[in-house]
Amino acid sequence: MYTQALDSSGAEPRSPASAGDAERERRFQERIDRDEKIEPKDWMPEAYRQTLIRQIAQHAHSEIVGMLPEGNWITRAPTLRRKVVLIAKVQDEGGHGMYLYSAAETLGVSRGELIEQLLAGRAKYSSIFNYPTLTWADIGAIGWLVDGAAIMNQIPLCRCSYGPYARAMVRICKEESFHQRQGYEIMLTLARGTGAQREMAQDALNRWWWPSLMMFGPSDTESVHTAQSMRWKIKRFSNDELRQRFIDVTVPQAQFLDLSLPDPALRWDEAAQHFITGPIDWSEFQTVLKGHGPCNRERLGARRAAHEAGRWVREAAAAYADKHRDRAGGGAERYAQAI
Amino acid sequence: MSAAAESALPAAGEDHPRYVLRLADTSLVLGQRLCEWVGHAPALEEDLALGNIALDLIGQARLLLAHAGRIEGRGREEDQLAFLRDAPEFYNVALAEQPNGDFGATIVRQALLDAWQLELYHSLTASADERLAEIAAKALKECRYHWRFSCGWLVRLGDGTAESHARAQEALEALWRFTEELITPDALDVRMASLGIAPPLAVVRARWEARIAAALKEATLRQPSSHHYPWHGKSGVHTEHLGHLLGQMQHLQRTYPGVTW
Ligand SMILES: [Fe+2]
Ligand SMILES: [Fe+2]
Repeated sequence: MYTQALDSSGAEPRSPASAGDAERERRFQERIDRDEKIEPKDWMPEAYRQTLIRQIAQHAHSEIVGMLPEGNWITRAPTLRRKVVLIAKVQDEGGHGMYLYSAAETLGVSRGELIEQLLAGRAKYSSIFNYPTLTWADIGAIGWLVDGAAIMNQIPLCRCSYGPYARAMVRICKEESFHQRQGYEIMLTLARGTGAQREMAQDALNRWWWPSLMMFGPSDTESVHTAQSMRWKIKRFSNDELRQRFIDVTVPQAQFLDLSLPDPALRWDEAAQHFITGPIDWSEFQTVLKGHGPCNRERLGARRAAHEAGRWVREAAAAYADKHRDRAGGGAERYAQAI
Repeated sequence: MSAAAESALPAAGEDHPRYVLRLADTSLVLGQRLCEWVGHAPALEEDLALGNIALDLIGQARLLLAHAGRIEGRGREEDQLAFLRDAPEFYNVALAEQPNGDFGATIVRQALLDAWQLELYHSLTASADERLAEIAAKALKECRYHWRFSCGWLVRLGDGTAESHARAQEALEALWRFTEELITPDALDVRMASLGIAPPLAVVRARWEARIAAALKEATLRQPSSHHYPWHGKSGVHTEHLGHLLGQMQHLQRTYPGVTW
């Protein structure tokens, strides 16, 4: 899933260092204006490269960290069918992480470096994953709302100016929309189930609604990099535009479930033809973003623990590959096929 | 299976669904164990591979549970069988329920069981139970892939660093005692074999032993000397671990009986 608040941090785009760069940058911008895709071997301004690395890495990290809250329910899924669908979904997210790390690698940074940054706490991931999954209904709410918000964010990225990122997003978006439907179907089953199931669904919606709206990042008035990212066609719509689209699509879905949204101020504005929500509590967002949300420590802790516990395994694989480098066809793989 | 094929089956009574449940439960319990790895594996590729194997195993379990429920004829469907039986009514081999431990222990457990399922399903493709033979043929393809993964890692860990070798050897020593059950027939195995529903376990034993011996040699691991204790997981007598695994897996179905999910 999940880009968020991409433009709220990081280096300011720098001005060109020399007249030659200025000329190249002008031609680069013309290509973008003609909707040409930029490919890895093409010249690009350093700030464009850095902005993309930061955004793609953040997106990749979000996919990987996002495996944890949902993974929390795989062993407890209520039916075998739900269990396999959930495993497959979490697998998809891991796959998204892999494509995205590969896309970032085309910009000259390695997956290893990016993961080091994540584990050191120097990289961001979507703060939605710092909320806990407390009941089975959270699995429905995440699919419906979090994957739903991710789709809103990501569909425009399929037309992003950077070719490898745009192509990765096309594939990812297809899978995200499947996740969204699965999640909504869980909510529907619960909402039409017993009283206890309905309560479970309502409680999940209460807890996930506001954080989902925050996934689109700070309000446009607070957002620093939107203009440059728009010129580069890395971003095509502002945070608030995307958020509004999500609200307009999602409110009727909640009504269809006959669940209530936890916002007494929510209303339909006939003139604007939009649903208008009450104010978003940005102090909550900032708290979570700064590392003080309910599960920040657990999520990063789990990633670090897995990385540390896996070190001897990765070392073994490297040592084995070294020892057997000379053998045709590469050791264990060849052997396992032959046996 | 057609009604004709069904009635052509040798009269196996209670034994037949019980035998199918052994296969189903082994896949289900092992798959459930692998689910615990999702999000926590040593690298992203291994995370995806373990999850894929879990998906296959639970997929096999679903087909086998449905089949067992049908031949049992008491109207129990896959979820009732998976979520509403207690540990003594689970018939998986005890090796499948052993905790994951480190990645080395998971790989050793997986390789021992993959090799066994591979040989067993290979034989079961000729079962007199046509539906079981069909399921075995599908499972066999998956088991080949599982074995490639687990055997490949067994060799890399065994022949990797001193640390990985020591960890793999230690896991092997700890888990080897559960292998006796895989390859030693009990009365039910013998009755099923006499009806042509299951293969004689002696055949599976020979092929399993050869496969494992070759893999351990390539992995530079030492095969422990004897199989030790004859566990009886397949008769419902388990280690302490299964109850906890089921407690977690069955929690929602137990807390909210009879609802639709
Ligand atoms: Fe995703
Ligand atoms: Fe998703």
